[in-house]
Amino acid sequence: MLVAHLDPLAASIFSLMAIASLLLAFVMLGSRWLNNYLYAFAAESWVIAILSATVGFYGGYPELYLIAILTALFRGLFLPYLLWRIVKRLNVTREIHEILQPSSALVVGAFCVIFSLTVGYRVGQSLGLSATVAVLALTVMLSMKLIGFLMLTVRHEALSQILGLLVLENGVFLGAQILVPGMPVLIEIVILFDLLIVVACFGVLIQYLLAHAGTTSSLELKRLVG
Amino acid sequence: MVGLVLLVMLAAPAVAALGCLLFRRRGAAETLNLVASVIVFCAAVVLAVTSAQGPYLFWDGYIVVDMPGAWVTLCTAIVYFLASVYSVGYMRLLEDAADKLWSFYALFAGFALTVLLSTVMNNAGLYWIAIELTTLVSTFLVGFERAAESVEAAWKYIIIVSAGISLALLGTVLFYWSGSFVLGPVYDMTWSALQHSASKMNAALVSLAFLLVLIGYGTKVGLAPMHTWLPDAHSESPAPVSAMLSGALLNGAMLGIVRYLAVADSAGVGPFARIVLVTLGVFSLLVGALFIVRQDGIKRLMAYSSVEHMGVIALGVGFGGIFGIAGALYHMLNHSLNKSLMFFGAGNVMRSFGTKEIIGIRDVWGCYPVQGSLWLAGAAAITGAPPFGLFLSELIILRGGIEGHYTWAVAAMLVLLIVIFVGFLNHFREMYLLPSASAGPRPALSNWCIAPMWFALAPLLLFGLWWPSGMWEHFSAIAHALAGGSP
Repeated sequence: MLVAHLDPLAASIFSLMAIASLLLAFVMLGSRWLNNYLYAFAAESWVIAILSATVGFYGGYPELYLIAILTALFRGLFLPYLLWRIVKRLNVTREIHEILQPSSALVVGAFCVIFSLTVGYRVGQSLGLSATVAVLALTVMLSMKLIGFLMLTVRHEALSQILGLLVLENGVFLGAQILVPGMPVLIEIVILFDLLIVVACFGVLIQYLLAHAGTTSSLELKRLVG
Repeated sequence: MVGLVLLVMLAAPAVAALGCLLFRRRGAAETLNLVASVIVFCAAVVLAVTSAQGPYLFWDGYIVVDMPGAWVTLCTAIVYFLASVYSVGYMRLLEDAADKLWSFYALFAGFALTVLLSTVMNNAGLYWIAIELTTLVSTFLVGFERAAESVEAAWKYIIIVSAGISLALLGTVLFYWSGSFVLGPVYDMTWSALQHSASKMNAALVSLAFLLVLIGYGTKVGLAPMHTWLPDAHSESPAPVSAMLSGALLNGAMLGIVRYLAVADSAGVGPFARIVLVTLGVFSLLVGALFIVRQDGIKRLMAYSSVEHMGVIALGVGFGGIFGIAGALYHMLNHSLNKSLMFFGAGNVMRSFGTKEIIGIRDVWGCYPVQGSLWLAGAAAITGAPPFGLFLSELIILRGGIEGHYTWAVAAMLVLLIVIFVGFLNHFREMYLLPSASAGPRPALSNWCIAPMWFALAPLLLFGLWWPSGMWEHFSAIAHALAGGSP
């Protein structure tokens, strides 16, 4: 178990990375400009890539270097580039229909983090790991999940929804690197899969645009009810 | 021998999909897909029978043929076969899609392949990947008709299911973590490894992980309140795809819940996990009942009936014991047969009457005596009326609930099943007995569209009247294996 006996420097670096990516998730939550989402997502992916490399270094898992490279390349460069092209093409630069103001979304996000902290602390306590970085990893993992879901619910631009999905998985990546550095094969495949999902989403999106030639807001998706 | 059969079963749809891409012609694609589905069906029967001789492992233990998995494989193969026969007739009716039917068959075979793959995965992580693959492939099938509604359904499908399934990924990671306290930091996350080490896992962590997995795969199963994608996707995709989604895909995801529940049981959090599963099951029945009673769309009616039946299966699994498990597995088979029949019938009347609305479908009996009778028999069966298989399996699940002391759930299930019976058949009364506003000759349907309805109804009637004793032994062996009796 890597997290149980970790030297203090490594623990601090891990914590720093985890907190940094949580903060970037809040940046996404607090902005209404699609470009900001993109930059924050790319930065978050880079932070996670660096985290993978650090865990690989301290835990002695050479496979994690590969994961770091894959994460940086695909999630840090390629996916943001694809999404950026779509932003250009769709000519949508910001969220227009807001259910929740960014400021209120931030407050709700803060409550999500508190809830995750409670869950993480309880689980950590029952495992006897309450003083380690495991609690933080669990907290960040769960709160990024919740923030991702929050983004999916309060944002309606198609692009924000795709990014919300990707944030959901970023949270899992981050936690998995720290908690279970031994299961990298799954994560490698999941990284590739996200790519496929995004491509599939684009396929659907483009069909949608062909069918409607109008908006890309999911608020307009209301033909099927009941 | 088993390995060869398995290989043939997985290779057949793969070859068919590749062949469709290669030939790019409708005739070739139809034939390839049909042949593949027959091969898959035969192989699945062999696998289901031979799986009783103990689990077979392949590829360093990444692939397993065990009894619960092989049973779901069989259900999938049956639906794949029926839907392949049906799609030959049905897809020809879509005029504007005539030149890209080959891509439909390529996707269709690919979809069958991914569902089959998910049933034989021995590694929890790979199972997750297989389920994710089913989503990716079937999204394009849901949106195949390219109408605005289909694309809307496809978008909702991919977003909701991917979001849900990412919770299952988190649950999988947490299960791996809790296993790593027992098995060391690096291990193969097979179902049996998890189940055997579960007794030493931390109960709080396993509870959290199970909840995440249940919500994640529950989204894919269509348990309420995560079912919102299901009516849209089922109603807007072409009828053979609806049958595959409902009869094959949902079972494939349910298998994951069954397997994780076995792990949770061994970890000692079974009672908690079961209460949650039973509650979701009852809630699915409730949502199904409410939306069935006042439903306007014919395929949405069938879709909500799927939500209801997944709720029934969840109840059976949650009740546990020999009766609960046997009832749930039997219900899977019956539901697969019956829901295929219902979607085929719905597809037929949709094409003949040119509407998806129940209000536009009148005097079915007068227009189509044979096909109408088949569909009506199916409607009686799906609401749980005797003498069909679903009556028997629902009865066994109820008995499982009584044995497991879930009296409240049994009572709720009974009331809701009666409500659904009345509500569902009321729609059929309207469609069959009210006179048609616009008289005139209706288009005749090809035999490709009628024959699979016979194929589905015959075994349904047979299993309602006669329960083979071998099947009962098979089910009790599965229940025993899931309870941790043998690996």
